[in-house]
Amino acid sequence: MLEIGIMHYLVVGGLLFLIGMVGVITRRNVVIIFMSIELMLSSVNLNLVAFSRLYGLHGQVFSLFIAADAAAEAAVGLGILIAFFRNRATVNMDEVDLLKW
Amino acid sequence: MFFLTNIWVVPLLPAAGAALMLLFGRRLAKNLVNACCVGAVAFAFAWTDLAVWQFTHSGLPRYEHVLFTWLGSGGGKMLYVLHGGGTAEFVVNAGVLVDPLSCVWLLFVTFVGMLIHIYSVGYMAHEGGYYRFFGYLNLFMFSMLTLILANNFMMMFVGWEGVGLCSYLLIGFYFHKHSASTAANKAFIVNRVGDAGVILGSLTIFWLFGTFDFVRVTELARAQSATLMGTGIMTAATLALFVGACGKSAQIPLYVWLPDAMEGPTPVSALIHAATMVTAGVYMVARSNALFVLAPETMKVVAVVGALTAIFAASIGLVQNDIKRVLAYSTVSQLGYMFLALGIGAFAAGVFHVFTHAFFKALLFLGSGSVIHAMGGQQDMRFMGALRKKIPTTYLTMLIGTLAIAGIPGLAGFFSKDEILWQAWSAHHGAFRALWYVAFVTALMTSFYMFRLIFLTFFGGPRMAPEVEHHVHESPRSMTLPLVVLAAGAVLAGYLGVSPSIARLVGIHGETNRFEHFLAPVFENSAENSSNAASALPAEDQKNDGPPSEYLLMALSVAAAGAGWWSAWRAYGKCSDGVREPIAVAAPAVYRTLLNKYYVDEFYDKAFTGRSEVDGVRLGAIGAGDVLWKFDAEVLDGGVNGAGWLTRAFGIVSSWWDKWVIDGVCVNGPAVVAQLLSRPVRLVQAGLLQWYALVMVFGVAGLLWYYVLR
Repeated sequence: MLEIGIMHYLVVGGLLFLIGMVGVITRRNVVIIFMSIELMLSSVNLNLVAFSRLYGLHGQVFSLFIAADAAAEAAVGLGILIAFFRNRATVNMDEVDLLKW
Repeated sequence: MFFLTNIWVVPLLPAAGAALMLLFGRRLAKNLVNACCVGAVAFAFAWTDLAVWQFTHSGLPRYEHVLFTWLGSGGGKMLYVLHGGGTAEFVVNAGVLVDPLSCVWLLFVTFVGMLIHIYSVGYMAHEGGYYRFFGYLNLFMFSMLTLILANNFMMMFVGWEGVGLCSYLLIGFYFHKHSASTAANKAFIVNRVGDAGVILGSLTIFWLFGTFDFVRVTELARAQSATLMGTGIMTAATLALFVGACGKSAQIPLYVWLPDAMEGPTPVSALIHAATMVTAGVYMVARSNALFVLAPETMKVVAVVGALTAIFAASIGLVQNDIKRVLAYSTVSQLGYMFLALGIGAFAAGVFHVFTHAFFKALLFLGSGSVIHAMGGQQDMRFMGALRKKIPTTYLTMLIGTLAIAGIPGLAGFFSKDEILWQAWSAHHGAFRALWYVAFVTALMTSFYMFRLIFLTFFGGPRMAPEVEHHVHESPRSMTLPLVVLAAGAVLAGYLGVSPSIARLVGIHGETNRFEHFLAPVFENSAENSSNAASALPAEDQKNDGPPSEYLLMALSVAAAGAGWWSAWRAYGKCSDGVREPIAVAAPAVYRTLLNKYYVDEFYDKAFTGRSEVDGVRLGAIGAGDVLWKFDAEVLDGGVNGAGWLTRAFGIVSSWWDKWVIDGVCVNGPAVVAQLLSRPVRLVQAGLLQWYALVMVFGVAGLLWYYVLR
């Protein structure tokens, strides 16, 4: 029986991060992109928790901060999203190119 | 001494009124306009009275006060070499000079001015531009008072030009009438000829004496009289000044503007063109008396021009039909009397006639205004008549004015005119006796045309249209009140200057002529200074020619006045349907010449304005009209147009330079370069969020590869 070590956690975290990253870059719907960002944050949390087995509880404390930060970000992000939808009647990222000169 | 030391306030009061009217008058109510303008002049009159009272009680020979330096560097930077070889700094002070001469003018100008302002309230009540009229009148009062109070030639010239401007503005008050605007132009242009003389004269005086101040010039002239007596330069300077006086005071040959000036409203004719402004020339000559006595040739010119103007204008006045024109020619004629007096050295007599004339001529003009008002604008005396009962106040006051101007004993004109006649007879031991005959005939004519005016207007039968006759009414109180006050003045003003011989006639002995005595300090050119003029002063040293013949002359002039009265009554006293002119019956050619004013206007028109053409060539005095016009059109206007063309050409170059070099290369150039350089950079900035994220991912991957895996 294989012992589940730190490497397993890191591989899972890395895969989750990659999945989230690919989601952020490739999906059109902002809500999905948002969910992908949450996935990336979760993978980072997993990393922190995994490392906390080696170096003490600081990692877990950080993961709590990140969770709180993710909640706040979700609230603000969804607020922006709704305001944006009211203006443009879309949530597709490829239709939004205001960030240029 | 408060009012005397602050006499400079007097001109500023009407100036403030004028500024208020001309800036804000359009929005002010009529009552407010009346209060400001009439109030300002009334206040100025009160102030003047108090100042003159303080002056006469101060015992000062004169009161001079410099307010500030108007022109001049003060640092020796404007030095001029004088006629005598010395140098003098060009300095003009703005100052006031109060002496007996300016006192006389101040008093009657503010008094008559005040009454005419009051009269205008009634006369102009239904006219447009009410505030404008009063603004101009107040501006005139300011200019006239500046002229009188000035302590040097240049300040006087400021007032001199100011009254000319106001005269122009007020003659052209009804500017929509073509005749009024051309009359205004004529007055302005003819006056300009005289003004050139004033400038030349003033500058020549500066060249001679190194100062413009009246007091200083007078002192220097009296001190240097031995060397300056009869020199060419004195004659030139005084002649130049006299040309100016001719322009302003309407003497031959520059009198032509005054009859046309009657196009202005009647109060203006009374104030400016009868009582005050036209006496400015007399004022200037009297003010410069110390200079004129040093130029006997000029004095002769003044006397002869005065006498000729007197008889010339009076003869035209005999046949004019416009009530105001008769009075205008009468004014010219009376001004001629004044210059006759000045020319023979009887300055005080001339000034005295100015003083009395101001009352009765203002009265006559205001009376004629009242008649015109009653007739609904009719000015032709042939269509008047029988107004005696309908407008009794106007009739009585005008009759008093006529008696005064005709020289009926007991009224103002008698005293002053008789003084002039007597001086003309006796001055210089009778050297000017020929002028007495001229003046005597003029007196006869004066009486005739004035009574002709009275009889045609107030006597006989009505000759106007029935609806006009029905409409005739006496003028409002504000118009009749000044008439009554001026009538009182026309009776009483003469008693200020009763000559000793007349006083003896009624049993008062040892009395001097008080008016002459008051003015004596101004005119004291001692006998050795001016051998010619001295003998012109009172008749004490001419006992051999003394009172008996003076009484005879007096009786003769009274007889002339009576003869004029009687013959006018015979000719016009009872005409009810048509007017028959005795002169036209006796000598039609003479009548036509007089009616057409000796064709002087036509002559000037042909000679100087060059308006007549022969075969397309415009005639002028030696072709001057056309040459001057060509010079103006081609040389002067060519210069103006050339300057314009140059400016335009330079503007085109300048605009090209601005458009292509400044804007193109310097301003837009860097912008274009920056735009070109930024184009590849812009490609990266697509504006898509996920594109940025992808770049970031590759960036992080690249960094990881570089720092960790490599």
